[in-house]
Amino acid sequence: MASMPFSFAALLDRPDIWRGQDLSRAGAPTVPSGFPGLDAELPGGGWPAGALTEILPAHQGIGELRLLGPALAGLSQRGMRLVWIAPPHLPYAPALAAAGIELANLVIVRTASSKETLWATEQALASNACGAVLAWPRGAKYAELRRLQIAAEGGRAPAFLFRVPEAAGESSPSPLRIALGTSGGGLAVRVVKRRGAPLSRLILLPAMPPAVRGKNHHVDRHPAAAAAARDFSARLVHA
Amino acid sequence: MAVAAAIALAPRLRVAPRDPAAETEALLGVAGWAAQFTPGVALEFPDGVLLEVSGSLKLFGGLESLLGRLRRGLDEMGWSSVLAGAPTSRAAFWFALVGKQEFIGESAELEPVLAELSVEVLRCNDETLAAFEAIGVRTLGELRTLPREGVARRFGQGPLAELDRALGRLPDPRNFFVLPARFGAAIELPAEVTQAEALLFAARRLIVQLAGFLAARSGGVQRFVFRLRHRDKAATEIAIGLVAPSRDAGHFTLLLRERLSNFTLAEPVREISLRADDVVPLAGHNLGFALEQGKPPGQWEHLVERLRSRLGTGAVYGLSSHAEHRPERAIAITEPGSRQLHPDFGERPFWLLERPKPLAEVGAAPHYEGPLELLAGPERIESGWWDGGDVARDYFVARTQSESLVWVYREWRGEGGWYLHGVFA
Repeated sequence: MASMPFSFAALLDRPDIWRGQDLSRAGAPTVPSGFPGLDAELPGGGWPAGALTEILPAHQGIGELRLLGPALAGLSQRGMRLVWIAPPHLPYAPALAAAGIELANLVIVRTASSKETLWATEQALASNACGAVLAWPRGAKYAELRRLQIAAEGGRAPAFLFRVPEAAGESSPSPLRIALGTSGGGLAVRVVKRRGAPLSRLILLPAMPPAVRGKNHHVDRHPAAAAAARDFSARLVHA
Repeated sequence: MAVAAAIALAPRLRVAPRDPAAETEALLGVAGWAAQFTPGVALEFPDGVLLEVSGSLKLFGGLESLLGRLRRGLDEMGWSSVLAGAPTSRAAFWFALVGKQEFIGESAELEPVLAELSVEVLRCNDETLAAFEAIGVRTLGELRTLPREGVARRFGQGPLAELDRALGRLPDPRNFFVLPARFGAAIELPAEVTQAEALLFAARRLIVQLAGFLAARSGGVQRFVFRLRHRDKAATEIAIGLVAPSRDAGHFTLLLRERLSNFTLAEPVREISLRADDVVPLAGHNLGFALEQGKPPGQWEHLVERLRSRLGTGAVYGLSSHAEHRPERAIAITEPGSRQLHPDFGERPFWLLERPKPLAEVGAAPHYEGPLELLAGPERIESGWWDGGDVARDYFVARTQSESLVWVYREWRGEGGWYLHGVFA
């Protein structure tokens, strides 16, 4: 038998050969995050569908929902249902609509206990009827997360669990874990865990709401308002 | 066998009086359920249901598959059954009557098999049966060998005509069963049930019957009501509402299970009944041409119903936004999936606090976990003088020391002061 033309590069292109420094290229479906810098570092190029993604923000309000905004907007505009389970505050419809989220496809679930939150999340994932499931469990044990991961598997919905930053130190069955911090007014994303090689550097994302660029709306203007506005602009700190 | 003799043989025997009305009710229930397999359903009182299935075999994937469905369904409804088939309904019923699970497709094969059946299948009176025995006739075959005129003179045309109908030599017209407009069925429980979850077993039988009835009507229901009858107290009603019409027995069972899981019974239950009044048309499902990969997509209406059955109807909702300047009034809770308009507002936070949180003011600057840095604003919102809920506020986007973005306002009415109203998550 004559020697075959052999190309090492061709061999490495085979999808069934796993290379240590590579991201997992398994054909698992993903939902693009809308941030190219982040997608490049996520296995499959986006948020994993049919798997848990843990979001661990350092503080509430630094941009944990803005991070998901483009993905959620895309899903809801394609008619997929977004189920939010036990959110910490009232999701504010005008802001969600402004972010491109189709409100008709949004379902909010209020629960009375942590047990109900986990139950509702499991139901939502197992039903495979949702485009995305977002849940705010108050503390979850490894075994409970494992149940959720099993319920999510094979489904089409990415599942986002918002947890306290301290949870980063606990082990978890979630294939993707993202810790969020801030840096220079933007969002600093640290990939705590992903399928494939670990990532040590931070990913910086521009995720500031446009309001910070100074958009003012004056409604039913009161004669005193202009004076008051002048008063306060003196104290405004420019970012 | 006499009751006394039976009790002597089995002292723990429980004797229940026969209830002809309940038997008829049950037979009608089975007929209603079976109508999903064929429009030709007839009743053979008191214990037979006849189905004309030759036109249904292809749709249900052949005889074996159809029989499998019939057996499974009857079993789920808690009935023991004998299934038999023949070219004539009379012959099929007779096979079932003697417990022969016989399926004969050709008329020619019918005669020898029928000949072996006992004359008891004719359901004559005892006198006639005794007379048959006296002349040595035990089977239909032996009856047929006798001269027809003699038999007719002695026993009337009845037995011979029945036999001819079974062989297809005389027409055997039947009145087909007509489905009622509403569904109602009840099960008297053999013993009083004290645990809500134990009811599920009996309820499941009713649900299977309902699903069959709905399939026969090509319909679905959006609401059905279980009624639990107690010994003394007034009956308990459990109404289950659905977001969209359905006839999925598995889904109905899940909903009832969730409902019963946090339900305490006022008193032991003696009878459970199921009622569904409004049957709405519901088309069947078309299967996809290509096989889809992964888990089959679920129906989100089912998810909403499951969540609601455990968490309560109000716990699962949608949101809409209104053209209203006051932020707390610009949203409304709606039924999930409602279509709506999106008025355009300025920058709004993703989270709104249900009640604005007063903030400390240090040196005319608001404090929330440290001094707040005002990034944008003010946005003056002054509105609502006409309904008594008037506000006059200057809204700012502010940054906390931990770099969270929050929505705060300065109140111009009343005591004034700074408030936290939202979080730009």
